[in-house]
Amino acid sequence: MSWISTLRRKKFMDPLTAALYIVPAGIIVAVFRMLPIGSAFFLSFFDVRMGRIRGFIGLAHYAQLWRDPSFWNSLGTTAYYVAGVVPVSLFLALLAAVLLNKKIRALGFYRTVYFLPVVTSLVAVSMVWKWIFHPRLGLLNYAFDRLGGSALLWLEEPRGVFELVASAAGWEWWPDGLAGPSLALVAVMIVSVWRGIGYNIVIFLAGLQNIPDQYYEAARIDGASPMQVFWKVTWPLLSPTTFYVLLSTTIVSFQVFTQIYLMTGPPVGGPMGTTKVIVYYLFERGFDAGGNMGFASAVALVLFAIILTLTLIQRRIVERRVYY
Amino acid sequence: MEATARMTDHELAAAYRARRGFGRAGLYGALWIGVIVMVVPFFWMITTSLKSPIEILEFPPTWVPTGHFVEASAGTWEEVYVVTRDAAAGTAVVRSVEGGPSYTVEESLVVDRLRLRFRNYAEAWRQAPFARYYFNTILVTIFVVAGVLVTSSLAAYAFARMRFWGRDNLFVLFLSMMMVPQPVYIVPSYIILVKLGWINTYQALIVPWIAHVFSIFLLRQHFKTIPNDLYDAAIIDGCSRFGFLWRVMLPLSKAVLVAVVIFTIVGTWNSFLWPLVMTDTPDVRPLQVGLARFSQEQGTSHELMMAAATFSIAPLVVAYFFAQKQIIQSLATSGMKS
Repeated sequence: MSWISTLRRKKFMDPLTAALYIVPAGIIVAVFRMLPIGSAFFLSFFDVRMGRIRGFIGLAHYAQLWRDPSFWNSLGTTAYYVAGVVPVSLFLALLAAVLLNKKIRALGFYRTVYFLPVVTSLVAVSMVWKWIFHPRLGLLNYAFDRLGGSALLWLEEPRGVFELVASAAGWEWWPDGLAGPSLALVAVMIVSVWRGIGYNIVIFLAGLQNIPDQYYEAARIDGASPMQVFWKVTWPLLSPTTFYVLLSTTIVSFQVFTQIYLMTGPPVGGPMGTTKVIVYYLFERGFDAGGNMGFASAVALVLFAIILTLTLIQRRIVERRVYY
Repeated sequence: MEATARMTDHELAAAYRARRGFGRAGLYGALWIGVIVMVVPFFWMITTSLKSPIEILEFPPTWVPTGHFVEASAGTWEEVYVVTRDAAAGTAVVRSVEGGPSYTVEESLVVDRLRLRFRNYAEAWRQAPFARYYFNTILVTIFVVAGVLVTSSLAAYAFARMRFWGRDNLFVLFLSMMMVPQPVYIVPSYIILVKLGWINTYQALIVPWIAHVFSIFLLRQHFKTIPNDLYDAAIIDGCSRFGFLWRVMLPLSKAVLVAVVIFTIVGTWNSFLWPLVMTDTPDVRPLQVGLARFSQEQGTSHELMMAAATFSIAPLVVAYFFAQKQIIQSLATSGMKS
């Protein structure tokens, strides 16, 4: 039968035929992914206004970026957002997944409900939550009212949450630097956690179900307590999953835009600009009146560099603790 | 001890919890808190969408849409707006919903009844060209799904089955595109679409999305599991290379293809950032951008905004309830979350 394998090798080493199969996808990927990424790099060194390249300016955009306080502000806001959303989402998702993994009845029901927001559009979800957060007529303030709390401004509150807590505790003065993310940003974080948690739960649940029963059996025979079982068996064996969830949630959180665009403002960027994240800054500089797409490209590349660096750092740190 | 050894995990877990004073009740209680948190926003959206503009302004808000009625004459009820209630005197000042003068009635004569205003939906639908938006989204989704299926199957076939120079390097280059976040390439893409004259066209929403690297990856991984013997047999039977893809590979990959179709539909239906940047006329504007615009222009008619939000998510949510297992699986593999 050697003629068949000869035939196969012959047919399968012809690059021209292969090209025919790859070309449809290849053209699209080349023109709408590779070319834009290449040109983002290229454009960041040029003055590009009104869709026209107006001259090479070298690293001037990066220098300008470095000196722009609103860039650093937007970076700080994004950092608050990521630092809030990622751990909370991971913790709650893991908790829910562990509970769901306890051989409960109607597992499918809970999973379906928790995952529902993932299927719905972020635009619709943002509108619904904006209404729930309504300072005067919103459901949340009504609930606070019933529970004896005082109404909050939520998405319209520029003051930092730590500052709010401090003033509620009776502190007259609180340092500006420690005000924390604005309540408006925290409200957006709540929505993001709510929207994305179902996805993380499903991933964690799959990871938990992949842990072989023998390990639990062995732990049981050794008389381990549930806490010991979790920290000595579940947690290490789940670490590849945790790592994946951590990474993907971080990357998505860094790119947050839609929720903020729809829920906070007017004015644009939320109350006193406290919800202006990096992607918002990028669009503002690229597309608003007098926008410079070269500058926006520089912002985009900085964002890309940050995400890439974080990915590498996370991989480095977690690599040592992940048990594959 | 013999009994303990034969306990199932379930029983053992229960025993542990019973000992720690955290029983099944606590477990289900925690899960139900989660259910309530996930469901209430949707419930609130639907409730609000069926209220009257007057009821929206009532505080405390009502859980189900409620109308106030006064018996005008025997058997006929008139819907009224309660201006004030005087509990001490037992009277209420009411006004006809259509306007008109206010008058005082005995409070006990004002009857609260369930009142669902379905006409909010028609009203919202009319206030913006939602029919057009719907049409645009469906059209774009159909073309993107078809395009992704064609280009991904072909490319995956080449990457999985054919041997050619630089194949693996090219594949890695393709894969690396998945790591680049959309905000990075959206600005230059805009310039490219401007140069192509595609801004405000369907092409701008379709063509850049008809190749999907992750779908290629997924299909390639599956194609690789299909044994070579099958190929040999097919060739001996006179099957062409494309015929093998069409008649053997694709029918054997139905599950993967379904997953690709699902996450492409959900992704296209819900995509926002790209069409927001690439379109600014209602002719080609898709549903999500139209909805966002509606919400920004409306601003105050919460019942209409919630109606529009409801009918915008309805198709996917209904599909989700029928095929939640496949949809969860598909979206979980795709890594899609926003």
